[in-house]
Amino acid sequence: MVKETRYIKAINEALHEEMARDENVLVIGEDVGGPGGAFGGTRGLLQAFGERRVRDTPISESAIVGLALGAAMKGLRPVVEVMFADFLPVCMDQIVNQIAKTRFMFGGQFTAPLVIRAPGGAGLNAGPQHSQSIEAWFAHVPGLKVVMPATPADAKGMLKSAIRDPDPVLFLEHKALYASAGPIPDGEYLVPLGKADIRRIGKDVTVVTASRMVQHVLDAAETLAAQGTDIEVIDLRSVTPLDKEAIFKSVEKTSRLIVAHEAVKAFGIGAEIAAMVTEEMIDVLDAPVGRVGAPFSPVPFSQEKQYLPNASDVVHAVEKIMAY
Amino acid sequence: MRVAEGNRTPNDDGYLELFRSMLRVRRVEERLLEVFAAGKIPGFIHVSIGQEAVATGVCSCLTPKDTIFTTHRGHGHTLAKGMELKPFMAEIFGRGDGACHGNSGSMHVASSEAGVGGANGIVGAGMPIALGSAFASAFKGDDGVTAVFFGDGASNQGTFHESMNLAALWNLPLLFVCENNGWAQFTSQKSYMKIDSIARRADGYGMPGVVVDGGDVVQVRNAARIAVAQARAGEGPTLIECKTHRWFGHYAGDPQKYRPSDDLDRSRNIDCIASFEKVLMESGLVDQARLDAINEGLRLEIDEAIGHAEASPMAADRQFLNDVYA
Repeated sequence: MVKETRYIKAINEALHEEMARDENVLVIGEDVGGPGGAFGGTRGLLQAFGERRVRDTPISESAIVGLALGAAMKGLRPVVEVMFADFLPVCMDQIVNQIAKTRFMFGGQFTAPLVIRAPGGAGLNAGPQHSQSIEAWFAHVPGLKVVMPATPADAKGMLKSAIRDPDPVLFLEHKALYASAGPIPDGEYLVPLGKADIRRIGKDVTVVTASRMVQHVLDAAETLAAQGTDIEVIDLRSVTPLDKEAIFKSVEKTSRLIVAHEAVKAFGIGAEIAAMVTEEMIDVLDAPVGRVGAPFSPVPFSQEKQYLPNASDVVHAVEKIMAY
Repeated sequence: MRVAEGNRTPNDDGYLELFRSMLRVRRVEERLLEVFAAGKIPGFIHVSIGQEAVATGVCSCLTPKDTIFTTHRGHGHTLAKGMELKPFMAEIFGRGDGACHGNSGSMHVASSEAGVGGANGIVGAGMPIALGSAFASAFKGDDGVTAVFFGDGASNQGTFHESMNLAALWNLPLLFVCENNGWAQFTSQKSYMKIDSIARRADGYGMPGVVVDGGDVVQVRNAARIAVAQARAGEGPTLIECKTHRWFGHYAGDPQKYRPSDDLDRSRNIDCIASFEKVLMESGLVDQARLDAINEGLRLEIDEAIGHAEASPMAADRQFLNDVYA
């Protein structure tokens, strides 16, 4: 049985279910209580679980995220909402120097089982400080799991897994996906972290992608299929831990790879995956690894459409690699 | 170390235990300076010699179920809170059986057993984490109190202000213990802050702020005792500013060229341990023979811990990767 559910509602359901399951799970953030979150992700939690477990905070990102760490070190399971992923740099020290290093630095005496939820991505004309895709910054930090679900089903199942994970998870939602609907299974289910999903099976080119870009790549796949090119689409779901096996297995079959993401192309996760495949599979490749990403520019307010990589960029990249 | 309630006169064992705790911190750090100078410790260390009364005075009011968070200058707090000396020393020596598997060194020593949530290499970063520890105690109703140590320099970090506000707002069982030694690394307080007293800032957040002579262990303890009692009673946090003295500069080996020599001399003439020893001697609580015995006991304990650290194996090849999960 499946039901159509919006992405934001799927997140909300995951929070409700996990809070009901484990009384140590609590939600902390700006406007998460009465208002139910800036995008509605925490709606109804205050009414269901009370002020003790649903905490509205001052606008103090470092204190909020650090508080989650201290609470997690004492066995609680905090889920922090940071209103926009662009605000994560406000509390960068707590995330990078404290949370990510807690288990390592203290030799396992303390751990940090917490989740930071934050919406990233463009598409709402929110301008340069409310639209960025910054997963690569955090993927570069050992000690953080960075995930970015593309569908409502994954959003729910992965958030539940993240809350149960023994280590910190940065859960990057895409705000332009919040209103999108998709089927989610009835009842209890989990989607594991660190496992990619093959969203389309193909034989000619592997396209690795994530988050909102997945839909653009699937759209491109239709166009390309009509032209006689059959691409395999890998939705990473988790940036770290990276499902290398899924990527390698697919490239073994196709011998061609493109990585497509919404983030700026330069120094992005596409660069890492391209380098990794080149290092370990150069003999298999029939063409240079291609990358699709945004230009090296802040996200513009009014020219988002020109800025954002789309399906036709993916089509062009695939055509190029096929012609090599 | 725990001092029973009611021990408030010079003629009791509580005072002797305060003395022993301070002296233990000093003797450990003196030995650390020696082994560091001899090249036996990798990296660098920061000692708290001159500031021992703060660590001892505050931690004497805490129980094993309470938690502290400390700073790069955290040996004293960590030991006064009750961390065992052997895993502490092995960690500072970078050995595989150190408390943190040799991943941390002096600047990040922690002990879950002793309620030491860790030293921290980032100035001011411990306060938000301590906030969470205090929050967890309030949430669980476990009666625990958290104390976070930080320096005068850290009181200009945003984390101080964010954490003070939230701790007061939520009435959290938290002690903000500012060790004001007058120096933020190489810069004097006068040159970076318009006010003298950091405790005044407490008022801005709706919590009590008190100033004590951080060279007087009894003053520190009395202030901490009141703050701990209030915290435990659900009456919220307190900021305690302890005016104290940093004898050896920012790091071990710091030539302190930035510091006027008369200022340094003045500081080194204020010795929290010597002055307390005088109190104990004059009160008849100790005599020279007792002092010698205490010193000898500490010497043996420290010798044994250093011997243990030196004999401990270095971490196994690439052992550090065992603590990595993502």
